[in-house]
Amino acid sequence: MSTLAGPTTLCGIELAHPIINASGTFDAIAARRAFGDGVLERFPFSAYVSKTITPEPRAGNPPPRLWEEAAGLVNSIGLPNKGLAGFLESDLPVLAALGVPLIVSVMATGAERFAPLVEEVAARSEVAALELNVSCPNVHSGLIVGEEPEETAALMRRLRPLTAKPLIVKLTPNVADPAQIALAAEREGADAVSLINTIKAAPILADGSHWLGAGAGGLSGPAVRTIALRQVSEVAAAVQIPVVGMGGVERGADAAALLAAGATVVAVGTASFRDPLAAARVRSELGRLVPVAGGREQA
Amino acid sequence: MPAAASGDPDGRVLAPFGRRRGEVVANEPSGRYRIISAVDASGPMPAAGQFYMLAAAERWGGDGGRPFLPRAFSVAAAERSDDGARLSFLLEDVGPGTGRLAELGAGEGLMLTGPLGRPFSPPRDLNPAAAGAILVGGGVGLAPLAIWRRALAARGVPERTLLGFRDREHAGGHELFRCSEVRVASEDGHAGHRGYVTDLLERMLGGDSAATAVVYACGPPAMLEAVRLLCAELEVAAELAMEAPMACGFGACFGCAVPLAAGGYMRLCVDGPVVNAADVETALVAGAGRR
Repeated sequence: MSTLAGPTTLCGIELAHPIINASGTFDAIAARRAFGDGVLERFPFSAYVSKTITPEPRAGNPPPRLWEEAAGLVNSIGLPNKGLAGFLESDLPVLAALGVPLIVSVMATGAERFAPLVEEVAARSEVAALELNVSCPNVHSGLIVGEEPEETAALMRRLRPLTAKPLIVKLTPNVADPAQIALAAEREGADAVSLINTIKAAPILADGSHWLGAGAGGLSGPAVRTIALRQVSEVAAAVQIPVVGMGGVERGADAAALLAAGATVVAVGTASFRDPLAAARVRSELGRLVPVAGGREQA
Repeated sequence: MPAAASGDPDGRVLAPFGRRRGEVVANEPSGRYRIISAVDASGPMPAAGQFYMLAAAERWGGDGGRPFLPRAFSVAAAERSDDGARLSFLLEDVGPGTGRLAELGAGEGLMLTGPLGRPFSPPRDLNPAAAGAILVGGGVGLAPLAIWRRALAARGVPERTLLGFRDREHAGGHELFRCSEVRVASEDGHAGHRGYVTDLLERMLGGDSAATAVVYACGPPAMLEAVRLLCAELEVAAELAMEAPMACGFGACFGCAVPLAAGGYMRLCVDGPVVNAADVETALVAGAGRR
């Protein structure tokens, strides 16, 4: 009998099981500094999604960067990363040794800066696919690319010809109808979409002051789970390409619900902060659940 | 403290991957604080200065959905027992996480991930001319200094300990320094010097002793910053055990950013919590203490 937690494929990439990580929620290199080779021996994800890489290094936002919320977490980390050159030189060789397909998350401000980033990352044989973080403004229009179907389509038109490797568009939940963005991405050749990213949030205190150093951030965790389920089901119903579903997954049943809503693969994010092996538990719980007929889309 | 197996050039002990369930064996009041002890059956002995991410096994996430994240605590004492490592933590009930931990009773489960982070460095690594160590603790921040003092004593390194407290109510955790010569400062004057613990440190570092001194400090941000500035001025080597808001403890969330003197940030969970005082721009970490 097939199990929900068995092998699957995403855009032609063979995966041992359907549980991956959400970008920016598990640093495999830092985890090895804390846990040593145990991270490799019991790596909980069937593919590894990197933290978002930008063309130049970024220090990230001023602290505080975190706010614990009811069943959730508001963060404003600000994409700290080594930049493209630093990533390719020092991180990529280490991540390639994880033993699972590597999906590199990339972001740049403007299509002309995005293009060389995608080209250089995609050219590396260690990289199986790219996830496009489109929560960035178009430098010309000022609009957030991922919030406008036309902006998303225009960016895809620029990036699609640069590589044959799968391009996964990470969708923002901060729009009225994410399916319209997903359809625009699909029309211009996206191989998959992933959602949800964090939901815009601002911890403002009773005295009117903002807690976070950057003022506002994004909410994740179980608090957003049913929002993710609704958006994943609406997007999956609209597009033919596979959907990577995420948002508040803590248990196997949460992953099963996202699969039932139309996701091909499920990402675990904030739960890994609470328990570094949360994804392994999610997978094992998922494996004990019985699949429901018609409940799971195949890529 | 028994010699710890080193997993990293900086002496950190690696944690088993994932979190595990320990069992609370004691929860004693100490002034306004509590000393929670738990047996960790399968984990290694930590190095002094390392920390654990802690959460109650049951009812973590009470009214209003908090606590949600585990809380970081430096280990205050670690002893081998037949059942495993007996770990002790000093905590003050200041929020939903610390409040839930404070009410744990013997036999209840304590979820723990650790030991995590960079431990204290031996005095001679920081100052080749070191004659010993000066430990400076403030309030609930005395915890990592307690295990470090025992480790230093076991290695025959002379140490002097200075502890500062706000008032009588906050003067807890003394028992962690049994058999140790401790000088005390209190802001309300109920014990020892009336004033700040940094007054005692300044006096101790006077004369010629600065050249052979190494300072290890842990306490509230304002105290740490005073220690940092004093040691910078007198060119005294110092390590600070710091605190920052932390979701994960193993480098995943990038939340515990501490500004570096050279620009940019470090992640306190993997690059600290013990840092060289000269490496940080400030010890006044924004957001610490919401626990």
